[in-house]
Amino acid sequence: MEAITNFLVSFPTEFPVLWILVRIVVIVLPLMLAVAYFTYAERKIIGYMQVRLGPNRVGPKGWLQPIADAVKLMFKEIIIPSGANKFLFVLAPMLALGPALAAWAVLPFDDGMVLTDINAGLLYILALTSVAVYGVIIAGWVSNSKYAFLGAIRSAAQIVSYEIAMGFALVGVLVAAGSLNLSDIVRAQEGGLLHWFWLPLLPLFVIYFISGVAETNRAPFDVAEGESEIVAGFHVEYSGMTFAVFFLAEYANMILISALTALMFLGGWLSPFQGSFMESWFTWVPGIIWFFLKILIFGFLFLWFRATFPRYRYDQIMRLGWKVFIPITIVWILVVAVAVVYKFPIWFD
Amino acid sequence: MNTLVNYVRSLFLVELFRGMGVTGRYLFRGKFTLEYPEERAPQSPRFRGLHAQRRYPNGEERCIACKLCEATCPALAITIEAAPREDGQRRTTRYDIDLFKCIFCGFCEESCPVDAIVESRIYEYHFENREDAVMTKSKLLELGEKYEAQLAADRAVQAAYR
Repeated sequence: MEAITNFLVSFPTEFPVLWILVRIVVIVLPLMLAVAYFTYAERKIIGYMQVRLGPNRVGPKGWLQPIADAVKLMFKEIIIPSGANKFLFVLAPMLALGPALAAWAVLPFDDGMVLTDINAGLLYILALTSVAVYGVIIAGWVSNSKYAFLGAIRSAAQIVSYEIAMGFALVGVLVAAGSLNLSDIVRAQEGGLLHWFWLPLLPLFVIYFISGVAETNRAPFDVAEGESEIVAGFHVEYSGMTFAVFFLAEYANMILISALTALMFLGGWLSPFQGSFMESWFTWVPGIIWFFLKILIFGFLFLWFRATFPRYRYDQIMRLGWKVFIPITIVWILVVAVAVVYKFPIWFD
Repeated sequence: MNTLVNYVRSLFLVELFRGMGVTGRYLFRGKFTLEYPEERAPQSPRFRGLHAQRRYPNGEERCIACKLCEATCPALAITIEAAPREDGQRRTTRYDIDLFKCIFCGFCEESCPVDAIVESRIYEYHFENREDAVMTKSKLLELGEKYEAQLAADRAVQAAYR
């Protein structure tokens, strides 16, 4: 008995690589499950908003539907077009999924509950979310199909435009928090609902989330897929598991953007009742629960957007990115900088 | 002034929030989905499903091979061949309805002077061979015998409008 406890206690220090692997699995497995059930939630919620029921046949209330879908996709044939570059064709979906998972390494789930507490966390996130574009572009180009190519071009132009607005929004967060470390950014928001950055950085908050929707190629910015215009865009030629990985990447990215928005603008693991008379009622709730609840809010917003808005026209997307978002973010960075320099009360004193 | 108002409205995403309000309300509305095998939509006595041929109560087949249905069929789905029977009466020797061609318009039923060809309420059927999609005379008569009670009742309800 003692030998087992001794082994468990000394495990992290004696096998550091194995310990990291264990922690990665602990993050990635629930994430994959969350992705699977996010697709179920999407079909159910959009169904309800369209006054129908959504999947309800596989298992009780359709709960096994994502499992059935996954099994189906796994057993389907992977068709590689004869004109395609085989290596890049298979590599592209992995390139799309990899960064979406790798970014979770620096996300703090609770105070101190983070895989790697690096100081340049925000930069790491910015870099990884940009790398994810390569998956889409390579997939579109290497498929040797005109629809896929059009989708890839659209996606490239769109993501490059929105990356800038997103980056500027992050600069605002950086100025307000005074740190690139995500845990420090959350700690800088301490003090309850009104102290979180969503209020002083409201325009940046809205722009960051909308740019996030555009970055993940979700409706109403889904011109890269645009099934009514270019069939399925960059992934027309993909089938079976390679397609499933693109699908996973899209949903993993949605969850990632939700988590990042929650961390940077809604105070991550912090309780919303901090500093109010209700604080003592909720001290038993672990921070990770608050964090998950905040992710759920944004996840739901993604689905709500998709059920509500028609797809943007391509030039309108460009106009919104370049002529609306970027000027507003630049102005607001200035406002935040002034507020920080003059120690504007309640947020920056 | 109007431009300014519009500008502010679009900047604060007013229309978008209203749109989300609409879908948000619909999230809690009653759902229209009919869970098919367990629930079924109500049927009218005028329902136009699979075809059948009826007989008189004494067992004599109604169809007299007048070929009005064949003439009126807009999809040219009906093929009829006729010849005199042993007792000298004119009857069909072949009465085929190609269900791949049929559009279920009900004109054959309307044109029939003796209410022989009718469309029943059957709508759940399938074929396993292409040949099975042709309703032959024997199949039609068989269906007519099987569902005569329902067919007669529906015709009786509709009698006042014909």
